[in-house]
Amino acid sequence: MDLKNLYREIVNDHNLNPQHKGEMTDPDMELRGVNPSCGDDIFLQLKFDGDKISDAMFKGSGCAISQASVDMMIDNIIGLSKDEALKQSALFHSMINGEVTDEEELEELDEAYYLKDVCHMPARVKCALLGWRTLKEMLG
Amino acid sequence: MKNVNEIRADFPLINEKTVYFDNAATTQRPAAVTAAIKEFYDNYNANPLRGLYDLSSLATEMYGKARAACAAFINAKCAREIIFTRNTTESINLAAYSLGELLINEGDNIVISVSEHHSNLLPWQRVAKQKKANLVFMEPDMTGLLSLDEIKSKIDLKTKIVSIGHVSNVWGRTNPIKEIVEAAHKVGAVVVVDGAQAAPHMKVDVRELDVDLYAFSGHKMLGPMGIGCLYGKLDLLDKMPPFLMGGEMIEYVTRTDATFAEIPHKFEAGTVNAADAYALNTAIGYINEIGFDYIENHEKQLTARVMEGLSKNPYVTVYGSPDPEEHCGIVTFNLEGVHPHDLASVLNDDGICIRAGHHCAQPLMQFMGVGSTARLSLYLYNTDEEVDFFLEKLSKVRNLMGYGS
Repeated sequence: MDLKNLYREIVNDHNLNPQHKGEMTDPDMELRGVNPSCGDDIFLQLKFDGDKISDAMFKGSGCAISQASVDMMIDNIIGLSKDEALKQSALFHSMINGEVTDEEELEELDEAYYLKDVCHMPARVKCALLGWRTLKEMLG
Repeated sequence: MKNVNEIRADFPLINEKTVYFDNAATTQRPAAVTAAIKEFYDNYNANPLRGLYDLSSLATEMYGKARAACAAFINAKCAREIIFTRNTTESINLAAYSLGELLINEGDNIVISVSEHHSNLLPWQRVAKQKKANLVFMEPDMTGLLSLDEIKSKIDLKTKIVSIGHVSNVWGRTNPIKEIVEAAHKVGAVVVVDGAQAAPHMKVDVRELDVDLYAFSGHKMLGPMGIGCLYGKLDLLDKMPPFLMGGEMIEYVTRTDATFAEIPHKFEAGTVNAADAYALNTAIGYINEIGFDYIENHEKQLTARVMEGLSKNPYVTVYGSPDPEEHCGIVTFNLEGVHPHDLASVLNDDGICIRAGHHCAQPLMQFMGVGSTARLSLYLYNTDEEVDFFLEKLSKVRNLMGYGS
C-alpha cells in the first residue's frame, strides 16, 4: 500500500477517531513512552482480569502514525494474556523491522498489519513502534 | 551571468524529480565541487604542513589557498584568522572550550538567546556547569526580533561572553549583530557569532560587524560535508588555549609539557581535511561567480511567493516576521491538525523535501509554544515553479489526512 492510501484507509481513522483514547481511574499498570527526537509522547494504561488484559487506554500527542499505531495495538491486545500480548508485540517489531514478511504469519496483527510498509520508511519506524515498545517494557 | 536554469544544470541532484527545500539543513553541491575533491586526491595528495618533499608542499599550498579564500569570503584581515574545523558545531565547541578556560570564572554570565540552535547552546551549558557560571537568555518577540532594550538589559558588567546566531534557523530572522557587539564590547565581553545560516545567504563582513569569533559550515554553502571555519581576531586567537591536542599543533614536546604552534595551527590538531578545504574553495568560487546580489534577490522573491501562497491557506500558521524580507529564505510553519512529520512524509511522496521537527532548537519550540514545526528553506537553484508545485500539493494534505478541506 502506498503512503497516501495508508493514511487514507487506515491511519487517519485511528488518528482522528481513536477508540481507546482517554484515561482510566484505576489501571493496574501504566507507563509513559516517548520518542525524544521527534516528540511523540504516549501514556499507556492497562487493566487486568487475572492474567488477561481486560482493558487498555492511552493518551498522548504525536504524529498520526504513532497515535494510530497505539490505537490499533489496543484493539488487538484487549482479551490477550500477558504472554500473548508480548508475543504479538514481538511479531509487530519483526514486521516493522522487515524481518517477517509472510502474510499468513502476520495475520494475527489484524489491522496493524497494514503498517507493514512503514519498514520502507526508516524515519517513521520509531513512530509505528512507540506503543508496542511501551507495551513490551511494561510486560517484559 | 547565469540564469536559474543554467545554475540548476550545474547540480546533479537538482532536477524535475526532486524539489529540494531543505537548504538550511544542507545544500546540494555543484558537480565542480565534488570534482574538486577528486582533483585534490588525484593531483595534490600528501599530508600537508609537515612534508619536506614537493608533493607535500603542493598539498600545503592548496590548503593555504583555501584558507585565504575563506578569509576573503568573510573579509577577515588575513588567512591566519581562519581555523578549519569540521563544521559550525565543532567551531563553537572550540570557542566555548577555549574561551571558557580563558575568560570564565564562578558567577560570570554567558549571554545567548533563546533562539539558538543546540550547537550554540549545549557547549555553553557545559562551560556554565563546569565553571559555575550563569547562562543568560535574551528573548526576542514572536516575530523573532531581538529589541535593543532586551539586548541592553541582558548584557551587563557580569557578562564575559555573548554568543548569538547571525540568522535563526527557525525564524530566519537576522539578529542585530552590530548592536549586540557594541553592547558587549562596552562591558568588555567577547562576541561569538554562529553564522551557519548567514554565510551562505549574505555578504558577511567580520570586520564591519566587529565580531570576535565567527563560525560557519561549508556544507550549507555548496561545499563538502566535514569542513567548516572559525574566524577569530588575531590577538584573541593568540591568547586562547588550544582545544584538541595532538600532532601538527605543537612546537616542542617533552615528557611532561609542550609549547604550541602558532595560530591557526595551534587549533588544528591531527591531519587536516585538506581535500574538503580545497573543494570548499571551489564552492566559494561558485558563490562569488553567482554573487550575493543574485542570491539575496532570488531568495527574497521566492520567499515572498511562498508566504503569499501560504497566507491564502486558512489552516497554515507561519512563524516569525510577516515580512518576507526578514526570513533569509527560511519559512517555518504548521498546517492545522497535521503533525509536521506526517506533512513531510506526504510531501515526500511528491518528491518535495522539507524539514519537520524541532530543528535542533527545542528551547525555542517551547518558547514558541509548539511541539514541532515544518520548515521550508530556499537557495539559489529553487524556482517559482517549485514553489507553486509545493503550494498546490500542500493544499491537498489536510484532505488526505481525513479532514473536510
